[in-house]
Amino acid sequence: MKHLLARAALALTLGLGASAPALAQVNPTEKSVSEDALFQALGSGDYVVGRITIPDANAGYLIKPDNKIWAALQGDTLHMVSIVAIVGMIVLLAAFYMIRGKIRVDAGLSGRKILRFNVIERFAHWTLASTFIILALSGLNIIIGKTVLLPVLGEAAFGTISAWGKIAHNFLAWSFMVALVMVLVLWIVHNIPNSVDLQWIQQGGGLLRKGVHPPANKFNAGQKVIFWAVILGGAALSFTGFLLLFPAEAGTPADWQFFQTIHAVTAAVLSAIIIAHIYIGSVGMEGAFDAMGSGEVDENWAREHHSLWVEEVKGSSGSARAHPAE
Amino acid sequence: MARMKFLCDADRCIECNACVTACKNEHEVPWGINRRRVVTLNDGLPGERSVSMACMHCTDAPCASVCPVNCFYTTADGVVLHNKDTCIGCGYCSYACPFGAPQYPQTANFGTRGKMDKCTYCAGGPEADHSQAEYVKYGRNRLAEGKLPLCAEMCSTKSLLAGDGDIIAEIYRERVVTRGYGSGAWGWRTAYGETVTV
Repeated sequence: MKHLLARAALALTLGLGASAPALAQVNPTEKSVSEDALFQALGSGDYVVGRITIPDANAGYLIKPDNKIWAALQGDTLHMVSIVAIVGMIVLLAAFYMIRGKIRVDAGLSGRKILRFNVIERFAHWTLASTFIILALSGLNIIIGKTVLLPVLGEAAFGTISAWGKIAHNFLAWSFMVALVMVLVLWIVHNIPNSVDLQWIQQGGGLLRKGVHPPANKFNAGQKVIFWAVILGGAALSFTGFLLLFPAEAGTPADWQFFQTIHAVTAAVLSAIIIAHIYIGSVGMEGAFDAMGSGEVDENWAREHHSLWVEEVKGSSGSARAHPAE
Repeated sequence: MARMKFLCDADRCIECNACVTACKNEHEVPWGINRRRVVTLNDGLPGERSVSMACMHCTDAPCASVCPVNCFYTTADGVVLHNKDTCIGCGYCSYACPFGAPQYPQTANFGTRGKMDKCTYCAGGPEADHSQAEYVKYGRNRLAEGKLPLCAEMCSTKSLLAGDGDIIAEIYRERVVTRGYGSGAWGWRTAYGETVTV
């Protein structure tokens, strides 16, 4: 910005120097800094900035024309992206449910249970899940609430809900971050990609056809994708969200715009992924919810979806293999 | 109906800051918030200019398009106002505003932003005209009294003009023609998509 002012000043001096001899009477105010000249010299992202006498240094920015670019991005593009991500995923899942139906346990339920997630794992998961849902809904409300909820609820109720939503968003974010770290520590060893995942992907995870069950460890390739999407997306949301909570530390308004855009796009994508995760963990697959519900899954479900993990567990506890006659 | 605008004739502004003081006093603006401010460009150099700036009451206001709770509305006079009861203090309007108009009182922990405050063109808010509630939240409603914004009314050099856009543009145009120069209608291009051509 300094050099822009310097350039304007230089042009000014040159202008004065050239015109002074030609005019009999020089009017020093005539060749002043003008909006036209400053706008022509303005590069993208540049501001018209000057000196201010009040303590707020940010007030020195006189005109920031590029703020309108972010306004259009936020008002139109992100609005559209969020709607497409959420509605698109729901439509896709509805279509999948219509074609494929609920994925059943082919061998039927055995009635024997295996502990899949202990109480600490479930606590971490549900803390992350419940905070994420509130954060996602209150965040989504910020982007599309005025088109979806406002006409239904009216201005007063919508204003109250949004105000509470903002408070919830700002405070629950901290529990989300703690749970995110817990989940990372608990499950990262099970989520390192390996050769088993390639086979799982080649067979489409057995999602597309009945009776196909590629082998998998504790987590299959699809779950690993969810894990890393949550960890990386959650980290990006935490980082940008933290900076948006403390704008004074985050830098200039241009930085806030950048962080807000990253925050909104990441949230839209992650929300779409999580909707798919919720689907397959509830109505999409028989027996899947137990893993996070009671923590114990049916043995036949486990054999079909996590064959290598069952062998591992049974092998170590020594019940099924060691006593075949049982 | 008139289309109300501000126009600061920077060639007349002497940076006395009377507009800033008048605004703060008239509306009892909270400490730390300036609805209007004077910025000096090319300070200390030949041809420096000072521009008094507040909310420009934009056409297709960017603040309104990003507001998550639709708290902004434009009056029949083209004045952009907002409803502090609906505002959640998210700060988006301050990211979107090209003129740095929206400001927030710090009300709670984490530096949480309170309800946004900005220039109302001395036109109050959605409450009943001249009501106590309106005065407390938005300040005096001079427009409803048939008066123009106080900042412009008491400008000692008549640099800051307020009123119907066509009329103040014509006044400015006449001035530029008479004296032979003008540094431009600051902010008009950005706020209204057009500037005053001479």
